[in-house]
Amino acid sequence: MTLQPMSLYPIFAERVRSNIPVALVTVIDGPHIGATMLVSPSTDAVGTLGDSELDRVVARDALGEVEAGRTGVRHYGPQGQTTPEDLVDTPTVRVFIEAFSPPPTMWIFGAVDFTAALAKVAKVLGYYVVVCDAREVFATRRRFPMADEVLVSWPAPLFSQRGSALTSRDAVCILTHDPKFDVPAVQGALATNVGYIGVMGSRKTHAKRLERLAEVGITSADQLARLMSPIGLDIGARTPEETAISIVGEIIARRTGRGAPSLRDSDGPIHK
Amino acid sequence: MRELLNDIERWQQAGKQIAVARVVDIEGSGPRDPGAAMAVNEDGEVVGSVSGGCVEGAVVAEALEILGGDKQPRLVKFGYSDDEAFAVGLTCGGIIHLFIAPLSW
Repeated sequence: MTLQPMSLYPIFAERVRSNIPVALVTVIDGPHIGATMLVSPSTDAVGTLGDSELDRVVARDALGEVEAGRTGVRHYGPQGQTTPEDLVDTPTVRVFIEAFSPPPTMWIFGAVDFTAALAKVAKVLGYYVVVCDAREVFATRRRFPMADEVLVSWPAPLFSQRGSALTSRDAVCILTHDPKFDVPAVQGALATNVGYIGVMGSRKTHAKRLERLAEVGITSADQLARLMSPIGLDIGARTPEETAISIVGEIIARRTGRGAPSLRDSDGPIHK
Repeated sequence: MRELLNDIERWQQAGKQIAVARVVDIEGSGPRDPGAAMAVNEDGEVVGSVSGGCVEGAVVAEALEILGGDKQPRLVKFGYSDDEAFAVGLTCGGIIHLFIAPLSW
């Protein structure tokens, strides 16, 4: 009944820890229940679900799922049949494909007290956190032990080196208040596909920043509409910690497309 | 399962048998998404969770029976109004489907 000739768990754990995308594929119903296979991009699948043709078809699908970061159950015939006609009167194999994608990234510009609080909350949510500031005295590991990386750098070099890796799951939070730093940070972020760009500052600061952005040629309404500025949800946050909660609350609400009302004042299911 | 790796390996090093329960599907309102996982060792120690605390006790019992060889790895459903559901249920009214199996791979 068990088919596992090799030990897959160490390979699985190693890939998850190294942030290599991997799909953990398990037969949850069908002839070889519990059979397991691991699928990652650019490498052969390891393990078997009990039929080589089934393995081939499921590996192909799992690759798509892991690239999209999707987890769910799929149905196949015993030899990997997927067309509905082939599945009539055939016992189906149900396969759970669980995608393990690298954690989303948050880049925080500005090494201030708000940064420490935001980095802490972002870690709770599973982000890989990078703190960046040009001032050596402030951008130190000692001040931001919770961050995964603390970089002494201007924004432009960081964006040119690593900006293309940012995706819709990632976030850039600009907390500097200093036009010297936040204008190039906004410029850099707008040139990426990052999903969330938040910029701290009062409404007055925001208006001034818009003027500075216009001076460097950023005037398109589509571009400016990507900026969440002033940053955060309107929850009356005052302290760095409260502000951090309002920022990550906004990131969640933007991702899910919700208007972030209080639960009490809305209806429908709490979990969707 | 990412968050369970350290505990799983600690148990493996201690030579413990381990079962893993994973949410594979939810219908209606469910507290945790597919992929939420908990691990149970042969001594009944638990890490992780698969609901808001509603069904974990029953999952431990199920996992121990599977580890003891009294039951095969299987899909288990916890629901609200289903006759086959266990006595424990989800207070939120949804149905969760769990796959519980020994970590033998």
